[in-house]
Amino acid sequence: MSESVVAVETPGPPPVGPDDSAPSTSRLRRIFRGSVGRNLGLILALVILIIVGVVTGGERFASIENTLTILRLGSVIGVVSIGMTFVIIGGGIDLSVGANVALASVWATTVATQTLGRDVHWIVMVGCALIVATCVGLINGLMIAYGKIAPFIATLAMLAAARGLAEIIADRKTQIITVQGFLDTFSGDVLGVPVLVIIFAVVAVIGWILLNRTTFGRRTFAVGGNAEAARLSGIRVQRHTLWLYALLGTTCGIAAVMIMARTTTGSSTHGMLYELDAIAAVVIGGTLLTGGRGTIVGTVIGVLIFTMLSNIFTLNNLSISAQAIAKGVIIVVAVLLQQRIADRSRAVT
Amino acid sequence: MSPDLADQTPNGASAGGALLEMSGIVKIFPGVRALDGVDLDVVSGEVHCLLGQNGAGKSTLIKVLSGAHHPDEGTIRWNGEHVRLTNPTAAMRLGIAAIYQELDLVNDLTVAQNISLGHEPTRAGFDRRHAERERAAALLLRLGHPEIQPNSVVGNLPAAGKQIVSMARALSRDVKLMIMDEPSAVLDQGEVARLFQVIRDLTDNGVAVIYISHRLEEIRAIGDRVTVLKDGRTVATGLPAKTTPTADVIRLMTGRSIEYVFPDRSRDSFVGEPMLDVVGISRSREFEDISFRVHPGEVVGLAGLVGSGRSEILETVYGARRTESGSVLVDGKALHAGSVSSAVTAGVGLCPEERKSQALLLDQTVSNNVTLASLRKFAVGPFLNRHKEDAAARQQIEALDVRPGDPQRDARTLSGGNQQKVVLARWLLTGCRVLLLDEPTRGVDVGARSELYALIRELANSGVAVLLVSSEVPEVLGLSDRVLVIRDGRIVHDGPAQEIDESDVLGLVMEGSPR
Repeated sequence: MSESVVAVETPGPPPVGPDDSAPSTSRLRRIFRGSVGRNLGLILALVILIIVGVVTGGERFASIENTLTILRLGSVIGVVSIGMTFVIIGGGIDLSVGANVALASVWATTVATQTLGRDVHWIVMVGCALIVATCVGLINGLMIAYGKIAPFIATLAMLAAARGLAEIIADRKTQIITVQGFLDTFSGDVLGVPVLVIIFAVVAVIGWILLNRTTFGRRTFAVGGNAEAARLSGIRVQRHTLWLYALLGTTCGIAAVMIMARTTTGSSTHGMLYELDAIAAVVIGGTLLTGGRGTIVGTVIGVLIFTMLSNIFTLNNLSISAQAIAKGVIIVVAVLLQQRIADRSRAVT
Repeated sequence: MSPDLADQTPNGASAGGALLEMSGIVKIFPGVRALDGVDLDVVSGEVHCLLGQNGAGKSTLIKVLSGAHHPDEGTIRWNGEHVRLTNPTAAMRLGIAAIYQELDLVNDLTVAQNISLGHEPTRAGFDRRHAERERAAALLLRLGHPEIQPNSVVGNLPAAGKQIVSMARALSRDVKLMIMDEPSAVLDQGEVARLFQVIRDLTDNGVAVIYISHRLEEIRAIGDRVTVLKDGRTVATGLPAKTTPTADVIRLMTGRSIEYVFPDRSRDSFVGEPMLDVVGISRSREFEDISFRVHPGEVVGLAGLVGSGRSEILETVYGARRTESGSVLVDGKALHAGSVSSAVTAGVGLCPEERKSQALLLDQTVSNNVTLASLRKFAVGPFLNRHKEDAAARQQIEALDVRPGDPQRDARTLSGGNQQKVVLARWLLTGCRVLLLDEPTRGVDVGARSELYALIRELANSGVAVLLVSSEVPEVLGLSDRVLVIRDGRIVHDGPAQEIDESDVLGLVMEGSPR
């Protein structure tokens, strides 16, 4: 190929470097472009954290039991973060996820404790949580895609309204879940792995496939990267945006089920500040807040970094406030590292 | 350089010495020598034209001059003194200003605020808004555009107005060298003439202008001297702009000695059922009662000034704007008004005017850009068959000879002509039957143009109905089978391209009658 370019004297880069080294650089470039290269900074940060954990916590940190604890703690926010990744890549943002989780949890427990009583099957509760949360997402999507309200404003309004509705439904009381089938199903283990962790893993895998292997995922990148180009290519941008928020709503519903199982309660105080944790995890995972670029793998590592950090602090008896400071520092450092590496891998082209 | 030319410049201070001397400039990007020995000297009061194909290094050279890139080798002298342009501010302080092809104005600020951006007149930290407006008004008057109001919001101005604001901003900083990157690309004929007056006025006051354009006739009209770049090197410098034969210039740029040629038309007349039938579409204050037909294999060109409604007509046919009356039929079936996806499903494709902002996903691969409109073809249920997708993209890239031919490269890194081919490839892949082209060769170099022309004709010959809009009358006449002339939102002429010539068209668009 490159020889023929030289022969006809067409303009282009002079044939110095690229010719002899082309095969090896392009392979290198592909690796750098792949998820490994883009997430190199994150993997590095994770490794450093693990080393810190092992040094300070020793056996207590480096045990299977503690690993499962970390994963279980991260699973709820992890599921929300997967949904958030889609919305942010698609050029949006959702501040209402925490409120949505709370609303779905109290609605589902109210159905179980009051309307239907003790005989309710656990699947009704799960269905209720998923439907409520998805509807909240759909309303967000309608306001944003068709009402043309800025995502920040629309979901800020939803944050206030959904939390308020949750308080009214719950009457400001925490509702204890007494449906034994529900607790048996979600609080248990399968082959030693907590069900919550399995749910997170399944959501992450489905999310990865959806983002990287389907037309839906490709369109998400297009809508977030250049909405006008997507529209002029025949993509229904408004409808796609609606589905993105509905999808995030569904993951909030799943998260609500998980938090109900973990705490055995439904409460209007569930999911406090989830929006910030989820957005932070997505952003340190390398997803651009302006849309068009991002990875599920990055988000999962982002979630793991956060939970591992909390775990290490708890094991060393450090305060929650110190944790918060460390979180802030981690966000900035991780994003700085991400940018450096992204710049370098782009300069290769 | 020739000393007698420098002597003719009105600015006595620099007589005999150049304002700017660049020699042996080398700029290396990883894997590419973007500049590989550029020599350029510019004297005060001249219009120095820079010619070269896309990828010849013009943009990199501008970035070096405006302080955005640092050269790896070579020297820059300013008024005879060695200077280092370490950042844009340093270049600005010397008096170098660049007017970019993609204008860098803040759309939400007013004209006056944009002009003073970065050096607002202040008193005790407060903006002197009155002084700001007065300065803006004075500069706009000097540029011969007093009709632009300092208080109007820049986003509401047409492209020509924005360009004037950009120039006023440069002048507000006491510019000595103004670099204009394809200023005429967004202008129509009348506006270009006014721009030339402004440029002449500037050079009479001792300002030097580096003028970049792909249009040779403009270089003849406005230029004093020409420097030609090719593959990052200066291949000729100081050529007299008025008298150097076109054939020589093109040979220097391309290493070939052909001008771009238009492909032969396949047929004289088109009869039978039209592929695209536009029936009486209107949009208030844009255009009124537009009807025409395009047959399979036919290229119909819309000629008219910027603002005549020609681009709006194209976008309405595509459904990107909703028609207020009438309808658009493709192969006999009416399209859903105001729905792009209905048009795309019916087999209509649009290559929009603004490639970067309206067509491309710049940060994504060429492959993803090519397949964007036909993802459904590669879907098995919801899943993408990426092997099939990559193969199809690769095939299109090879068929259209996109260079470099690497489907995994980011679209951002391609030249204008190759980006246009990527957009064309996108629609070819959908198997479209009606292709709408808005300014298909804007920012595309001479060599790549001929290729695009041949490609468009080939497409038509394969049975596609093509509707073309272009600011360049020779392009509309040379490429189309039939020409519609639009003036003030109405069709004032509809006839075969062979029966009308350039001056007829100009007469029609400017006065409403042929000459």
